[in-house]
Amino acid sequence: MTLMKLTLRIWRQKNARTEGQFVTYQLDNVSEHMSFLEMLDVLNEGLVAKGEEPVAFDHDCREGICGACSLMINGYPHGPLPKTTTCQLHMRHFKDGDVITVEPWRARAFPVIKDCVTDRSAFDRIMQAGGFISVRTGGTPDANALPIRKRSADLSMDAAACIGCGACVAACKNASAMLFVAAKVGQFAHLPQGQVERKERVKAMIGRMDVEGFGNCTNTYDCEGACPKQIPRRFINEMNRDFIWAALTE
Amino acid sequence: MRWLMNVLTSSIGAKALMAATGLILVLFLVGHMVGNLQLFGGPDMLNGYAEFLHSKPLVLWVVRLGMIAAVLLHILSSIRLTLLNNRARPTAYKLKRPISSTFASRNMFLTGLVVAAFVTYHLLHFTFRATHPAFATLKDAHGRFDVYSMVVQSFSDPLIAGAYIVALVLLGLHLWHAIGSTFQSLGLMSPKLQPIVSAMSLALAGLLVLGNVAMPIAVLLGLVARTQGVTLP
Ligand code: HEM
Ligand code: SF4
Ligand code: FES
Repeated sequence: MTLMKLTLRIWRQKNARTEGQFVTYQLDNVSEHMSFLEMLDVLNEGLVAKGEEPVAFDHDCREGICGACSLMINGYPHGPLPKTTTCQLHMRHFKDGDVITVEPWRARAFPVIKDCVTDRSAFDRIMQAGGFISVRTGGTPDANALPIRKRSADLSMDAAACIGCGACVAACKNASAMLFVAAKVGQFAHLPQGQVERKERVKAMIGRMDVEGFGNCTNTYDCEGACPKQIPRRFINEMNRDFIWAALTE
Repeated sequence: MRWLMNVLTSSIGAKALMAATGLILVLFLVGHMVGNLQLFGGPDMLNGYAEFLHSKPLVLWVVRLGMIAAVLLHILSSIRLTLLNNRARPTAYKLKRPISSTFASRNMFLTGLVVAAFVTYHLLHFTFRATHPAFATLKDAHGRFDVYSMVVQSFSDPLIAGAYIVALVLLGLHLWHAIGSTFQSLGLMSPKLQPIVSAMSLALAGLLVLGNVAMPIAVLLGLVARTQGVTLP
């Protein structure tokens, strides 16, 4: 097992109202088998032992499915490894002597609460605006009672893979939430249950997205590259089409 | 009207406006280039073409007014969007690396600004002839306004030719991202189309740059015959 010495430059900020700054920490004996978050756990144990405030960061499932973990690591959302959340990023992708810069997501719509924790409730409010189906679907239907083409079911599932982590916003030069919203619109747009409110949904969710202060898409696609769930840009295209169609047929 | 404003100020509506106006500008650029390449056909051809355009004032002015509207909407919308986008990230990252974006796609406003400055100069130069008032007196053998001599004499100055070449390359950068981007903004893209549109975007942008820089470069290299006319100060 290789042990590494690392230098960490981590964003520390007491709360939403104070200014933050980078603080440098040295860590010896980092195992290559640790996840990035376990490495931060070790750092925090050391800080607590010294009577210092541990570094706050978001995490929950630690298995790449909940979307809680975040962190801008060396200039990449969720770190330099593609298709991987921070909790699934392992220290073997770093090497002895590395300097690692760790920052929170930066966006007006994601204000920092503490250290590297941001308030991502703007995403929840976008979901509340239209990320649901309000037609009565009854009890659990029999399998195949409502025929759905395999292709449509697959596309809907592809969109539904979005875990709402916000890496797309973090990666975008405009802090645009288009990939997230496109995934959440797209998961319904390909299913029959999603058709009734299709136009209202896209207008309401985009309206909320704009109100929350996210930027506008300029089709640079850093979101797609940063997304741990590989949500493809096609959903942004489809959402654009749906929105334009909804506006024209109003 | 209110409905239209709401749509055009929404994030997606504003992008659709950028795309639609941008598309009009691209179509104009194609026509503009094809027309101007008649420079290589000699003075008779180019001056005849210029006279033909001016003999249709109605068409000319409809096109001009359409272009002015498209340019104004495109620029105003781009300024508004760029301000909004900058405001969306008030605190910059200490370290931020591009992933799937290109230099062209990240610098659209910058290349756009250069294009705006260039278009302004270009109009002052060839349309209003404010930079060289002496051009106004140029007449060819048929008594027509001598566009050919104006162009050839202008581009004989390496400074002017160089400015055109640099600006056109930056316009090419703008178009490389823009042409493909238009499809996505209007919801006309698809995974199958994506590689085709990308290739077409590069090809058309490349063609527009090459076709246009061919004129100053050919003049600089002395490949285009000079005619009589005023000498530049
Ligand atoms: C010959 C002149 C121009 C042409 C042909 C042109 C064409 C285009 C096209 C087709 C788009 C793509 C729209 C889309 O992404 O859907 C675009 C985007 C854009 N243009 Fe222009 N444009 C021109 C001049 C300008 C000028 C003068 C400015 C600003 C001062 C400008 C700024 C922008 C910006 C900021 C974008 C959006 C960037 C993006 O979405 O990535 N453009 N342009
Ligand atoms: S689209 Fe991808 S990057 Fe964006 S919130 Fe969903 S999972 Fe995260
Ligand atoms: S902690 Fe749940 S996805 Fe990383």
